[in-house]
Amino acid sequence: MTDNRIDYYPTHEHEGIKFRRGHTLPFGATMVANGVNFSIYSSASTSCTLVLFERGEAEPFAEIPFPDEFRIGNVYSMIVFELNYERLEYGYRMDGPYNPAAGLRFNKSLILSDPYAKVIGGRDTWLAKPNWDNVYQYRSRLAFEDFDWEHDHPLETPIEDLVIYEMHVRGFTKHESSGVKNPGTFSAIRSKVAYLKELGINCVELLPIYEFDEWENSRESPTTGEVLVNYWGYSTVNFFAPKAGYAATGKFGMQVDEVKTLIKELHKNGIEVMLDVVFNHTAEGDHRGPTISFRGIDNKTYYMLTPEGYYFNFSGTGNTLNCNNPVVRNMVLDCLRYWASEYHIDGFRFDLAAILGRAQDGRPLSNPPLLESLAFDPILAKCKLIAEAWDAGGLYQVGSFPAYGRWAEWNGKYRDSVRKFLKSDPGEVGGMIQRVMGSPDLYSLRGPTASINFITCHDGFSLYDMFAYNDKHNEANGENNNDGANDNNSWNCGWEGETSDPAINFLRHKQVKNALAILLVSQGVPMVLMGDEVGRTQKGNNNTYCQDNDLNWFDWTQKETNADLYNFARCMINFRRVHPVLRSPTHFQYWDYVGSGYPDISFHGTKAWNCDRSSSSRSFAFLLCGDHAKQGIVKDDMIYVAMNMYWGGLHFELPALPPEKKWYLFANTDMPSPVDIYENGQESLLANQSDFLVGSRSVVILVGK
Amino acid sequence: MNVTSSTVEAITVIEASGSIDSKTAPEFERTAIAAIQGQKEVIIDLTNVEFLSSAGLRVLLMIYRQVKTQSGKVVLVGTSEEIQDIMANTGFLSFFITVDTLDEGVKTLKAS
Repeated sequence: MTDNRIDYYPTHEHEGIKFRRGHTLPFGATMVANGVNFSIYSSASTSCTLVLFERGEAEPFAEIPFPDEFRIGNVYSMIVFELNYERLEYGYRMDGPYNPAAGLRFNKSLILSDPYAKVIGGRDTWLAKPNWDNVYQYRSRLAFEDFDWEHDHPLETPIEDLVIYEMHVRGFTKHESSGVKNPGTFSAIRSKVAYLKELGINCVELLPIYEFDEWENSRESPTTGEVLVNYWGYSTVNFFAPKAGYAATGKFGMQVDEVKTLIKELHKNGIEVMLDVVFNHTAEGDHRGPTISFRGIDNKTYYMLTPEGYYFNFSGTGNTLNCNNPVVRNMVLDCLRYWASEYHIDGFRFDLAAILGRAQDGRPLSNPPLLESLAFDPILAKCKLIAEAWDAGGLYQVGSFPAYGRWAEWNGKYRDSVRKFLKSDPGEVGGMIQRVMGSPDLYSLRGPTASINFITCHDGFSLYDMFAYNDKHNEANGENNNDGANDNNSWNCGWEGETSDPAINFLRHKQVKNALAILLVSQGVPMVLMGDEVGRTQKGNNNTYCQDNDLNWFDWTQKETNADLYNFARCMINFRRVHPVLRSPTHFQYWDYVGSGYPDISFHGTKAWNCDRSSSSRSFAFLLCGDHAKQGIVKDDMIYVAMNMYWGGLHFELPALPPEKKWYLFANTDMPSPVDIYENGQESLLANQSDFLVGSRSVVILVGK
Repeated sequence: MNVTSSTVEAITVIEASGSIDSKTAPEFERTAIAAIQGQKEVIIDLTNVEFLSSAGLRVLLMIYRQVKTQSGKVVLVGTSEEIQDIMANTGFLSFFITVDTLDEGVKTLKAS
């Protein structure tokens, strides 16, 4: 190394530690020649001290007050020399007024985590009991950022071609039936990549993997006596650090490399990685919560506060991150850029994203600067941005989220329409027609790719439970069954919970297949919840946020015990992937713009070309013309889908095909496995080409070729 | 940590012992880099290494990269199960050939 820079050498010394003036940017702790550059923002503090620990030690080995001349604007920075990168843990003490009414909550007796730390120590192994007397619980550490990505880069799969699989890192392999080494870790997911590929999904969306504390609000379950923990992780301690407890190598502090290795492996197999990110609030809660980082560093910058200095609570969890403060905005942007560039993340799903569009006083903004910045950011330019377009403060923006031509949304209306239709509610056909077309009623200007279609997600019933329970059964959560949603639109098929009645069980499986079939033939972007493909049950619990057990873990034996569901899901997902006509990037136009003799989409009923949209109707069919696939750029087969949610069978007259084509049966959920669905390319030629009896509560899919 | 280099049947062998972490990695790196100059076949004997930290893993990868630019090969010998597990979890293992003994390492390189 050429040592011709002045800043390679210290200028100051404090108790034997050598240091000098640092670089204000980037924020965080950065390895530089001979040392580490520390930089942190705080607008209202009066002074700041850097606190240095040897890894895991109770007492710091040094505390270095920032000399006044090291502060530029509101940023303190210094380079400390000859530190051991790997063994170092650091934090800050911030001094300043304690005046909650003015939004100031400084307390220099506390040691604070760096909001920009790339690794957090202290919760290194999942559920390893922490030392509660530790003076500094969540310790900032350095990360090596020199991973060998070989030829990898984000996949940039067109969003309309994705089949998203929403999954929990721990839950996917923690069950003993997974048969993997290091169950419940990032590393273990690599052992299951072949499964994901076979299933046909090409994007995993990981429930939060930013460092959180599973011990937060931990308590005993009143029904099982098990410890209840923060299992989902929607409570961020640090936005830049991956969850150490999800890593097999977390105890060695190597989670950064482990996560990157997983992403590289998924990418090699054509599977994108999306993160569920939680920028609406933090783990610090309201005024009664712990002071971990933001509250002690610059409370009124990082949080939305009432005029009296209390915390606005649009997240329902105590505090609300002040996302449209310019400093916080930059932190969010820095964070996402970091994950996109350093971790090759392909997209982000923003939890309670409506909050990201609120002003600092809580008003919804018509032109929210944060959302605009993310939409036009050069580094995030190819990342998928997906909003959960509502918040706990009552702001509901499904269909109206400020999208800037970029943002997609979790389509809650899709979920509700399909659920009601599946349980035979009247008056749902009109809505369903919108949903299977990619919701043009909501996204007329944005196209079907704005719609992330889902029927289930982590929050709520699993798909199987949708048809096994009328009511939630959350007693194990210890909140007297008061938690979780009540508007599930579920139907138990005649018996609450498990039953040995074969007719009910057949109907439940049929309903699961109906749901999967509808989801995968709808325009827009489908999302499947982990385990729904094998009939995973949460035993009626629709809010399993605290359950680190069988209620959440993927039971791999179900792949065999519910082989009919798995086979159906696999064939359906792959059906979508081999048929581009199911994945239009633009809305249908209802006319024949390629001269095929058929409009791009047409709707039918028991009579071809006649769709009954009346409120008493519980069935309809649609026909997609393959010549219009991808706006006529590619050729596909004709696809006809009949959905009959009426409790009796109905004869559907089939639309006539061009003379050279015949109708083939791909799926009929009324039939028992294995003749409920066919491998792609091996569909069964129909003897009767003009009429099909669609059974009660059944979906039939035909291919014209 | 202790590190030495030698030559066995024209193959460069780097042998380390103890714990390779950020404190000892620079010495490991210095010795190894000096020993592999111009070499296409390199064995790193980790039989007596108890722990490899992130910094240690990075030295291994650096050796691999340098040898690979000469179209050479690196074989790891005697890597403990725990270290192999860490290397597998963090993705480092896929860059190397691993064998149990020095003899096997020599044979592997001679055969390729």
